[in-house]
Amino acid sequence: MTRRRVLPGLPLSLGITLVYVGLIVALPLAALAVKAASLGPEDYWRIVSSPRAVASYRVTALSAATATAFNLVFGLSLAWVLVRYRFPGKRLVDAIVDLPFALPTAVAGIALTTLFAPNGWFGSILAPFGVKVAYTPLGIMVAMSFTSLPFIVRTVQPVLEDLDPALEEAAQSLGGSDSEIFLRVILPLLTPALLAGVSLAFARSLGEFGAIIFIAGNQPMETEITALLSFIRLEEYDYQAAAAIASVLLITAFAMLAVTNLLQARALRYTGRS
Amino acid sequence: MKIRLDHVVKTFDTFRAVRDVSLEIGSGELVALLGPSGSGKTTILRMVAGLEYSDAGTIHFGEQDATAIPVRDRGVGFVFQHYALFPHMTVAENVAFGMKVSKVKRGRAEIDRRVGELLDLVRLSGLGGRFPTQISGGQRQRVALARALAVDPKVLLLDEPFGALDANVRRELRRWLREIHEALGITTLFVTHDQEEALDLADRIVILNEGRIVQQGTPEQVCRSPNSAFVTQFLGDANRLEASIRDGRARIAGGEIAAPGVTDGRAEVFVRPSDLDWSDTGGIPATVTRVIDRPENRRILARLGDGTSLELDVPPETAVRSQDIGFVRIRRANVFPLS
Amino acid sequence: MSTPPSRRKPPRVGDGPLIRRSLIGFVLVVGALLVLSPLLVIFVQAFSAGTAAFKAVILHPDTLHAIGLTVATALIAVPVNTAFGIAAAWAITKFDFPGRRLLLVVIEIPFSISPIVAGVAYLFVYGLQGLFGPALQAADVKILFALPGIVLASMFVTAPFVARELIPLMQAQGRDLEEAATSLGASGWRTFFSVTLPNIRWALLYGVVLCNARVMGEFGAVSVVSGNIRGQTNTLPLHVELLYHDYQTAGAFAAASTLTLLAIVTIIAKVLLERQGAGRSGRPALAAPAPAQGSKP
Repeated sequence: MTRRRVLPGLPLSLGITLVYVGLIVALPLAALAVKAASLGPEDYWRIVSSPRAVASYRVTALSAATATAFNLVFGLSLAWVLVRYRFPGKRLVDAIVDLPFALPTAVAGIALTTLFAPNGWFGSILAPFGVKVAYTPLGIMVAMSFTSLPFIVRTVQPVLEDLDPALEEAAQSLGGSDSEIFLRVILPLLTPALLAGVSLAFARSLGEFGAIIFIAGNQPMETEITALLSFIRLEEYDYQAAAAIASVLLITAFAMLAVTNLLQARALRYTGRS
Repeated sequence: MKIRLDHVVKTFDTFRAVRDVSLEIGSGELVALLGPSGSGKTTILRMVAGLEYSDAGTIHFGEQDATAIPVRDRGVGFVFQHYALFPHMTVAENVAFGMKVSKVKRGRAEIDRRVGELLDLVRLSGLGGRFPTQISGGQRQRVALARALAVDPKVLLLDEPFGALDANVRRELRRWLREIHEALGITTLFVTHDQEEALDLADRIVILNEGRIVQQGTPEQVCRSPNSAFVTQFLGDANRLEASIRDGRARIAGGEIAAPGVTDGRAEVFVRPSDLDWSDTGGIPATVTRVIDRPENRRILARLGDGTSLELDVPPETAVRSQDIGFVRIRRANVFPLS
Repeated sequence: MSTPPSRRKPPRVGDGPLIRRSLIGFVLVVGALLVLSPLLVIFVQAFSAGTAAFKAVILHPDTLHAIGLTVATALIAVPVNTAFGIAAAWAITKFDFPGRRLLLVVIEIPFSISPIVAGVAYLFVYGLQGLFGPALQAADVKILFALPGIVLASMFVTAPFVARELIPLMQAQGRDLEEAATSLGASGWRTFFSVTLPNIRWALLYGVVLCNARVMGEFGAVSVVSGNIRGQTNTLPLHVELLYHDYQTAGAFAAASTLTLLAIVTIIAKVLLERQGAGRSGRPALAAPAPAQGSKP
């Protein structure tokens, strides 16, 4: 291999990049880690394993899992419908899928709360059936479902578009029924994209704040999410507790990144070079 | 299984891909659909498979009308141009797919045994655990064939089966496919744009142009008696000369050849380079413009008195140089009247 | 004799009328409930107290100040972020250096991190109990609970936006054009402005539009570092929260409706830019298989 001509600008562009990443991203995260570490193992454990904190992990993780499961089904259906079918209003639907990305989370939060409050459009319909959404864990799930809605659609859609039609034809010519072809051929080929979308949606739900605090009711032990608990500790000037709880979210985010990369590498092992 | 197409028509939007094609393929025959791109050959193959519905006409498998039978019930084995192997399945899983989804339930051991047999047949034993990305193009082609054969198809359909392969792999696979055909005797239809491939492999060749069959017959028939200018030119290099016909003789730029049975008037004459001789003594006068040397012969590029260019293949020892003046003799030619 | 089939195309998986109709129905109903109705309720509520009340909220000094602060934040954070995105994409796609892949991962980190964590992390850098806090106070430099803090937190949250649009595109375009330009004697800047930039302009604009929407709408990180001082450090999303918690629902929605308009404009810009080939790697929507006609060359 011949040595390639080197373009100009490496020191400048790499310098800017490293300074920016260092100052804007790495420094604060390091400061947070240092602060949390300064607690010492016993204090740290006491704070992060307090009943109120554990309850917040449970409600956050369960709601995020439910919202992600919902979006797995809905996002896959939406991607399928947008790629495979033609119907009036399709382009509008395609555009509006991005609304949860574009709409500030606080705005989404007050809108969803107003819709699902007992006197709201949906709340008043659900109330006679004894279904309460606003100020319950269900409300948290609704808010998380809304804010993480585009992730799965937007990761699956391009893969579905690029799926070679000949694969489906081959499966049909070999005698496969629709459901067999979907389960054995199409779904496995979408799996890496689904995994990527699921992990993005789940991570977003775990960290979501703005949309949730309005609709959640924020009762400690019941409808208090982890991000809010850290925020509350901050307002109580309990900086170490805020740091400890924020560090739990941070560690979870990094663990999720690692797991996702592993799962995706596994799901894509068939593309491996010999 | 005999296949019969009656007056089949297919139009895509405004493009008329297939116009009134009728065709019979005998049981156990190996037939090539040969034509340039856009001639409708792949569309015909896909209609036989049920991957495309015809707009009019019928397709019979044996005595059964298969026109409306969906692809999954048609019992065809289809080998796709780029193989369409399932990338997330191993070679063995690809081959087993058809048996796993079949209405005929087979035990796991039976499927494994059959996969083993098929991989032996296509000489890929030992590669069952690889993924399609981990094997060569020629090996993928053979996996695609094994996968199609696994469902015991009544008919085997191949779309440009060797199109994506290197020339030497191609030749070897062709001979091998012919052996498999002889061993299994499955009615086989394949599509190609490469006349050499069709002539090498097929019992019978169906030549298509612009959605119509222009000629069909054995390789010998289409080579020796092409019925049109298109077929003559499509099957191989040919010089085109204009001529006028009178009393069964064609006059060409200062020469004359026999053209029995051709009506009087203007005509075009096609002569393959190997059917021309170079001579110092008699024939049509010509000037050599260039000599190209090849392993098997020399090709002379020459110009006739009326400016027509000709190419002729002569034995390598022929002494000839650029700007030499000599004569061209036509040994064999195909003459078609110009309407 | 059989009649020719009426369908022009054999059915693909999922083309059965039952599955097709129920899927489209499911998607439209859930989409209307979950996405469209929040949009509607914002505008209905915004005007629920009448147009005059709407105007009064929008023109209230606190609202105008919040709008001003939000715009100021975007005017600083977005260009800085864009410069960073271009620099990062140039470094990562035009050169090979050790740690390139790691850098890619690090740039994407803010996507996976809760904005609250980002805000809290910034407190421990610039806050009184943080690394530089005491020194900053001694020098009488205010970062937290002021514009610089808001800008910094917004930059954290949106750090990957521009870079992630440019990197895949510039990766795909390779280095040949730039190498050709420099071999013809063009300077680095000249090469960038006349060779690279024209090829990436739509993707760049796309990243900028998305980055801007996120900066203007950011809530969690900003609410930690701003201190929520009415008329001083309230950005528009924080102002919405404040009005809402003051039980001024119509006012909150009136302020929210301006942000909603921004979201709608963003989506329209996104659709238009996608038509220019930006976003989703400029893939054409190949929903249907190309009709197989004849053979490949």
